[in-house]
Amino acid sequence: MKSLKAQNNILADAHEQIEIIEHGISGDFALVPFQEKLQQSALYPLKPAQLEIFQVNIGKMCNQTCRHCHVDAGPDRKEIMTTQTMQQCLNVLKDNPQLITVDLTGGAPEMNPNFRWFVEEIKKLNRHVIVRCNLTIILANKKYSDLPQFYKQHNIGVVSSLPFYTQDRTDRQRGSGVFEDSIKALQMLNEVGYGNESTGLILNLVYNPAGAFLPSSQQSLEKEYKQALMQRYGITFNNLFTITNMPISRYLDYLLTSGNYETYMEKLVNAYNPVAAANVMCRNTISIGWDGYLYDCDFNQMLELKVNCNSRHISDFNSEDLNKREIIIGQHCYGCTAGAGSSCGGAVV
Amino acid sequence: MSEHYYNSKDLAKFGNVADFQKELGEKFFSYYGEVFKDSALTAREKSLIALAVSHAVQCPYCIDAYSSDAFEKGWSEGQMMEAVHVACAIRGGASLVHGVQMMNKVKEIAM
Repeated sequence: MKSLKAQNNILADAHEQIEIIEHGISGDFALVPFQEKLQQSALYPLKPAQLEIFQVNIGKMCNQTCRHCHVDAGPDRKEIMTTQTMQQCLNVLKDNPQLITVDLTGGAPEMNPNFRWFVEEIKKLNRHVIVRCNLTIILANKKYSDLPQFYKQHNIGVVSSLPFYTQDRTDRQRGSGVFEDSIKALQMLNEVGYGNESTGLILNLVYNPAGAFLPSSQQSLEKEYKQALMQRYGITFNNLFTITNMPISRYLDYLLTSGNYETYMEKLVNAYNPVAAANVMCRNTISIGWDGYLYDCDFNQMLELKVNCNSRHISDFNSEDLNKREIIIGQHCYGCTAGAGSSCGGAVV
Repeated sequence: MSEHYYNSKDLAKFGNVADFQKELGEKFFSYYGEVFKDSALTAREKSLIALAVSHAVQCPYCIDAYSSDAFEKGWSEGQMMEAVHVACAIRGGASLVHGVQMMNKVKEIAM
């Protein structure tokens, strides 16, 4: 499967996406504006709390082409963070000790040729590092097969998508053969100590609904995952994060082509939870794009909505300026406030 | 009155039945909520039972609600169809087992 960009799909254009998200495909689809909901919850304008998480998207290249990917990542995407931009990120981390966690994402972040160097440099600054590893990358090429050891050596937290504990649902969302390789990769991570409470090596899994619906209870799903993965494959992990699919990019394409867009958006709006809204991740996270531009979150990054302040690029990073900004919101934000809420760390309520 | 006895949009109005009889309506929904909580059976298991019962009672609203709910709770299409077959087998069996009554009667009156 090609990325939307390689297909010249109109949804590869961020402005077209925003237009559809705000007004529907026919242009007259009207839902309660997200701003109005925030106003009712006394949260508008949405302001940052203390910045703690520095999330860096180090490239859109990926060995997979998942149907729900909000990045539109894939093997045909060439956007990759340079060492110069990485160095600028390191400089910012050096000057901003409040940024305690560095969350590396992509694409498959490991496909950036400078990934390991970047991780080592971040660790020298004594930060907690999380890598969003798609699992199959570990088996994609021999040069990646020692990733579990590399992660262990640097005490990296690993967060990996496994949309379900069955092959059928996982492969439907992430591509044929992904489940089998993911299981092998999880076993490799377990072998070096990941997912074992006593080692302190954290392996968290991510559940994404494989369709046009919201995740059910994170707690119940975690229990089921743990039971099923242990019984069937002897796999252990720490926590399960349930993440709501955002109506962006390839998932938006799926919603539109399957005729589910309006119903899904109504579902998100009806499930608006003010408690989840108060805890959205954009309040303590800053998202850095492959080219160094700054965004309120990974979703705003994909919609090319740069932060609303003067500090718009990593080379101009100013935490004081960023802390004073208003977070840019849109109808897509309902994805983070529905039900128990959704963030890169799972439910927020 | 609407032109059809069943309207899918009415499912979302289920809670409105309490408008005409608040006390009983609220008691029912409170009980309903309790029934579907994780307990000796998980909410997931209860969802599949509800799907089968929905087919047995042939309630289109229930089928709509529990097809979504069961799938969202991770039951596969195959498992859900097996649950429908359980409902079908019980309904079919319920008719067929009355064949014994028919046989009894016929034997009683036949020469």
